[in-house]
Amino acid sequence: MKLLAGYPEALTEKPFHYCPGCLHGIVHRLLAEVMDELEIREDTIGIAPVGCSVLAYQYFNIDMHEASHGRAPAVATGVKRVHPDKVVFTYQGDGDLASIGTAEIVHAANRGEKITTIFINNAIYGMTGGQMAPTTLPEQKTTTSPYGRDLDLAGHPIKMSEMLSVLDGSIFIARVSVHDPKHIREAKKMIKKAFLLQLAGKGFTLVEVLSTCPTNWGISPLAAIDWLKENMLPVYPLGVLKGGEID
Amino acid sequence: MAEKVLMKGNEAIAEAAIKAGCRYFFGYPITPQNELPEYMSRRLPEVGGVFLQAESEVAASNMVYGAAGAGARVLTSSSSPGISLKMEGISYIAGAELPAVIVNIMRGGPGLGGIQSSQADYFQATKGGGHGDFRLCVLAPSTVQEAVDLTMEAFEIADRYRNPVMVLGDGIIGQMMEPVQFNKEIDPADLPKKEWATDGARGRPRNIINSLALDPQDLENHNLVLKAKYEQMKEQEVRYATYLLDDADRAIVAYGTTARIATSAIEMAREQGIRVGLIRPISLFPFPEKVIAEAANRLDSFLTVEMSLGQMVEDVRLAVNGKKPVFFYGRTAGMVPSPEEILEQIILMGGGGE
Repeated sequence: MKLLAGYPEALTEKPFHYCPGCLHGIVHRLLAEVMDELEIREDTIGIAPVGCSVLAYQYFNIDMHEASHGRAPAVATGVKRVHPDKVVFTYQGDGDLASIGTAEIVHAANRGEKITTIFINNAIYGMTGGQMAPTTLPEQKTTTSPYGRDLDLAGHPIKMSEMLSVLDGSIFIARVSVHDPKHIREAKKMIKKAFLLQLAGKGFTLVEVLSTCPTNWGISPLAAIDWLKENMLPVYPLGVLKGGEID
Repeated sequence: MAEKVLMKGNEAIAEAAIKAGCRYFFGYPITPQNELPEYMSRRLPEVGGVFLQAESEVAASNMVYGAAGAGARVLTSSSSPGISLKMEGISYIAGAELPAVIVNIMRGGPGLGGIQSSQADYFQATKGGGHGDFRLCVLAPSTVQEAVDLTMEAFEIADRYRNPVMVLGDGIIGQMMEPVQFNKEIDPADLPKKEWATDGARGRPRNIINSLALDPQDLENHNLVLKAKYEQMKEQEVRYATYLLDDADRAIVAYGTTARIATSAIEMAREQGIRVGLIRPISLFPFPEKVIAEAANRLDSFLTVEMSLGQMVEDVRLAVNGKKPVFFYGRTAGMVPSPEEILEQIILMGGGGE
């Protein structure tokens, strides 16, 4: 008998703390499935961020290191340089990676650190209660942009994947979404590809995952899915931005 | 005994770290400690290690956090403004109970300050330095040889307590050349395996490196565990030296380069018949409070001399606890007290009987 579906070994049995309708759980599950399929659970070290996924270290059944805000790529660098034969990934949100941690992600990518970054972009700060993120869309209302994001005041939504893909040290940058089953399957494929490239020792890999935040967007989970499709996809187009060839 | 070689303080500290089995260095350039990372960038590849110049001090200290969590002996070095930036990582390293060694070759402050020697980071080094209730073990060398010996010991203490250890030198210690010898060499392969490290959960339950505890009772319990370590350090890691203290009626308390200048002043005072001695704290945390408290029972007065406007003097006063007067003399911002200036203060502080 072949098991077609089950609980991933790379996830602990701890229930997620995420809000109803939040898509972090889906991405956690995809990551765990990829680790199981590649049989790397015992050889992987994950770096958790600060933000909604700050407790990610409770959910992955692997060695985990909880970083400070934005510094996950620096912590991952330290781990990977000590254990170059292990798989190291960071899991970071948009406040963590695209705001306070821009220097760390840019330089980790530029050095070609052989790590994989899973970058969750939901256009808002979740954990702290819905403040404007660098990825917040024009006119989007948040608790610190109550009149809508004013581009004159707060600048433009930052396109991290596009920025990182021009660096010579990055070898694979893709943007995916997890708003429906088709896109979830595609997201898993991209995450798996990033890990395979890391295993091949090629260079820096990143998968940006568009996600929702019904709680702080102030809409229902279903409406949030529609909002992502209507508003985020035009600003953050999906696809492979760089690389992806596996020899 | 190993052969003596003439080395600059910064380079000697770097070689001492390698001799202690350190194979990982993450740093960022800043004067007056640049010879240390430069030396590491040359030497670490020769011994199979990794030197990495980080994009900032903040990143460097977080790379140290990662490498320490992964189980390695790891070093970073900087100077005052850079140490302020490294305090983020240092607080996490202390919170997550990881061993790491940090070298601070102090320069004048505050702000960008200057690039000349200073001891104005005493408060930052000995009172935690970053956010939260934590302490570093702080070791202050006064010669290049002592910088070598203390750097090697720093790695042992860091591993023993799973706590960051700071080697606190001033710019003069970093820049001065003196003969040194390295009497020990540790092969990192011979070090005991760190069972708590994140090196992949192969055939064992997973390891987690973390400083987060959202339940305040859990966090208080964690802080009490840390406090117990600091109390144990106070019992076991106090280091100090004395000079001409046995017959003294008064004493100077000084550390690092300032203690050496004070020694010259003491010799000048002795020629005039003034019975002055020296207490030189080597561990600044834990502070050698017992030797000072005991001296306060029989000496008439104390003079603390620092290259600051008065930081360690507060710990000296706590140790003396009002029993005798504690005077202070300091130069700061890169200015160095001369033996003559200190001699003048020794005469002014009075003393018994003469």
